[in-house]
Amino acid sequence: MSTEIAPETGSAEQAPGGAPVREPQAAAVASGRGERPDDGSFDVTLRIRRYLPEKDATAYWEEFTVRANRTDRLLDALHTVKWEIDGSLTFRRSCAHGICGSDAMRINGRNRLACKALLKDLDPAKPITVEPIKGLPVVKDLVVDMEPFFASYREVMPFLITGGNTPSAERRQSPEDRARYDDTTKCILCAACTSSCPVFWNDGQYFGPAAIVNAHRFIFDSRDEGGAQRLEILNDKEGVWRCRTIFNCTEACPRGIEVTKAIQEVKRAMITRAF
Amino acid sequence: MQTHQYDVVIVGAGGAGMRAALESSTRARTAVLSKLYPTRSHTGAAQGGMCAALGNVEEDNWEWHTFDTVKGGDYLVDQDAAEVMAKEAIDAVLDLEHMGLPFNRTPDGKIDQRRFGGHTRNHGEAAVRRACYAADRTGHMILQTLYQQCVKQDVAFFNEVYALDLLLTHDLMAGDVPADEEVKVAGVVAHDLATGELHVFRAKSVILATGGAGKIYKTTSNAHTLTGDGMALAYRKGIPLEDMEFFQFHPTGLAGLGILLSEAARGEGGILRNSEGERFMERYAPTIKDLAPRDMVARAMANEVREGRGCGPNKDYVLLDLTHLEPAHIDAKLPDITEFARTYLGVEPYTEPVPVYPTAHYAMGGVPTTIRGEVLRTNTAVVGGLYAAGEVACVSVHGANRLGTNSLLDINVFGKRAGIAAAEYSAAAELPELPESPGAAVTALLDRVLGGDGTEKVAVLRRELQEAMDAGAQVFRTAESLEATLATIGSLKERYASVAVQDKGKQFNTDLLEAVELGFLLDLAEVVVVGALAREESRGGHFREDFPARDDARFLQHTMAYLRQAPDGGTQVELGAKPVTITRYQPMERKY
Ligand SMILES: Cc1cc2nc3c(=O)[nH]c(=O)nc-3n(C[C@H](O)[C@H](O)[C@H](O)COP(=O)(O)OP(=O)(O)OC[C@H]3O[C@@H](n4cnc5c(N)ncnc54)[C@H](O)[C@@H]3O)c2cc1C
Ligand code: SF4
Ligand code: FES
Repeated sequence: MSTEIAPETGSAEQAPGGAPVREPQAAAVASGRGERPDDGSFDVTLRIRRYLPEKDATAYWEEFTVRANRTDRLLDALHTVKWEIDGSLTFRRSCAHGICGSDAMRINGRNRLACKALLKDLDPAKPITVEPIKGLPVVKDLVVDMEPFFASYREVMPFLITGGNTPSAERRQSPEDRARYDDTTKCILCAACTSSCPVFWNDGQYFGPAAIVNAHRFIFDSRDEGGAQRLEILNDKEGVWRCRTIFNCTEACPRGIEVTKAIQEVKRAMITRAF
Repeated sequence: MQTHQYDVVIVGAGGAGMRAALESSTRARTAVLSKLYPTRSHTGAAQGGMCAALGNVEEDNWEWHTFDTVKGGDYLVDQDAAEVMAKEAIDAVLDLEHMGLPFNRTPDGKIDQRRFGGHTRNHGEAAVRRACYAADRTGHMILQTLYQQCVKQDVAFFNEVYALDLLLTHDLMAGDVPADEEVKVAGVVAHDLATGELHVFRAKSVILATGGAGKIYKTTSNAHTLTGDGMALAYRKGIPLEDMEFFQFHPTGLAGLGILLSEAARGEGGILRNSEGERFMERYAPTIKDLAPRDMVARAMANEVREGRGCGPNKDYVLLDLTHLEPAHIDAKLPDITEFARTYLGVEPYTEPVPVYPTAHYAMGGVPTTIRGEVLRTNTAVVGGLYAAGEVACVSVHGANRLGTNSLLDINVFGKRAGIAAAEYSAAAELPELPESPGAAVTALLDRVLGGDGTEKVAVLRRELQEAMDAGAQVFRTAESLEATLATIGSLKERYASVAVQDKGKQFNTDLLEAVELGFLLDLAEVVVVGALAREESRGGHFREDFPARDDARFLQHTMAYLRQAPDGGTQVELGAKPVTITRYQPMERKY
């Protein structure tokens, strides 16, 4: 669907266990900021997993120390690095307040959005590690190829399926029926869940939690008539039954979606055919 | 350089772009280029609602909606366009429901509606419930729903592809075009972020749907990527920009951050208070108080702060009080925005009022279009095959001040219209010849930034620009403040000539693209300020302290800003005027 102009997949292997491939480059400190005025600002060190495909054969760690304010988020610190120290540091971002899903990263070993992770909550006394999300090919620094993720999403038929003629007024739906699938409508397709799932790391074919969440959103919508088809798709060997109920996805979801619960509900619907 | 050929090329995959794509892709061979993955577009950040006079919860009709839009826009609205939008609003909402949008519902299962600023019953009698919504993530649900339908229709997307030049058959910068020649669009030149390669997209029709330009300001609710690309691309080709001096400052940005708290917070009963605990909007808009239009509320807030009734250690913000609302009500209707207050300011809205201050929010101006979405190159002549819709465009349905919930409506109504019109045009049109070496201008620009040994940093120039705009061209403006900002922009443009980036690579070079985007911002900021200086009156979002009254005799007209060759060989902004279309409503004083 998404038309690749020239398919570009990064080949950088993420070193297992995050062992440094290359010793840290000289840590840079933003100049002229040595003083600690009593304004609540503090120094923070970022330990970033880097990979520049046109320069490096493999990925490596690099440390940067920057000055941060009390309300700063990791995204602000990454911007300080990019804008003041090293313009080649590459990551995606847009909205900067947790709604566009661009900047899921592995932060201190946990998947989160950089724009929602407050530095003061990340134990800034120690270096904060920042890596690309796992299980998707790394393109450059913190940027991964999202195409496999969106391909799984598209496979579950993530759109309303109805039969018959379109009514002239709105379809009616009671507030209770509307509430039934409310949680899974919040998804911003950030991939934090899918890329935190050990099953997905080991088997890239697994649909992954995000695709199942988006199937759930329609299966439990009283207006939808495509539930049986979607359950058929998810009954596949790469479908819901691969889920081992590890709960990483629920912990990772920046939208607070109860991802594991949604997957369980889909599994149950598959058995009972009641939805 | 690769060349592609389509009937219709849509630039932008936000609400306007995808709504257009749903229409045009069933009628013509269509490609959508977007610098972001479609679901990353800033339409997804919209919170409060999309209005339509459905009358689901109380009496309402499209004529009242038209009136509110015209009055809200301080009579600078083209009334024929506002009428089209208000009438087609009802189908626009129903279309989305049929596509699956999970609107909140009334007890009997209809689409629920709530109050929003400036939307009234019977020409201003009292606030009316006109905004259809999905909790406080209406824009998110619109963006997701449109994307879902694009997946269903197998729309061809080119993601993370930046349009950097617009190809026309004529050079408009040089001046007049012979009367017997038709100016047409021939395509766009685009940069593929992943590879750094340039691509030429030839097309019979092009739709610009690139969204807003909030990043000309420092304090803004807009995404980092809202750099006004489509406006700048058109402007650099000699197409005018309309009413750019009108920028909306939304009253309730999180203080110091600019992150938006929807007007829905006040629609659901939230109240603004100053340091004395006073509900100050009672003084400024006695009838609808906190639900007055945004320009009035933003000015009132700035005025409270100026007169020393601000809150906090620096007395530089006011408070949005939700503490009298039931927590369960807040959770049901405003879950996301109360979460923003907790996450980003550490404030618990159940029990504490939230610090807020106006934030740059919405560009009322943009690329001028007809009500069919056709782009105008003069007051009357169009560019054949070129369309614009959404925040990039100026139809003008928002005039001098947009009403809340009218933009999500605008992108749906005019996105659909532009999609249909572009496809129909392409069915009858020939593919225009490409100009000679179509990629040369973009190549030269990128090579200069990449190869240059300049010393200026993108981030430094951008920060200085944004600070100058906040200082001189924000809620309150004077000739003096605007002159100072204009001088800063002039010197920043000179420094921009020697801008350099550190990343010299081809692949995923966001350093390079930020430099290009800064160029767009500089051009647009200049147009905003030049227009604001010339408009010696106060109207809607444009408030001149040295000319505090509206002046219909001199300024009941649209500003048209053209980039033209200057005698000294450089370029300059030339201002023209376009009449306002007035049908039903004669301008009156605007009181609430
Ligand atoms: C926080 C917030 C809340 C809001 N709440 C409401 C609300 O409740 N109700 C309401 O009516 N309005 C609201 N608005 C306004 C409304 O959301 C926007 O005006 C509207 O969504 C703009 O839609 P769009 O399609 O024009 O642009 P966008 O959604 O911004 O999309 C722009 C698209 O253009 C693409 N693009 C940009 N430049 C290029 C380029 N050079 N090459 C290729 N692609 C490019 C981007 O990738 C993106 O896909 C809100 C705005 C904000 C910021
Ligand atoms: S379910 Fe949550 S974590 Fe997963 S993609 Fe959606 S928003 Fe992201
Ligand atoms: S930048 Fe949009 S979610 Fe973080």
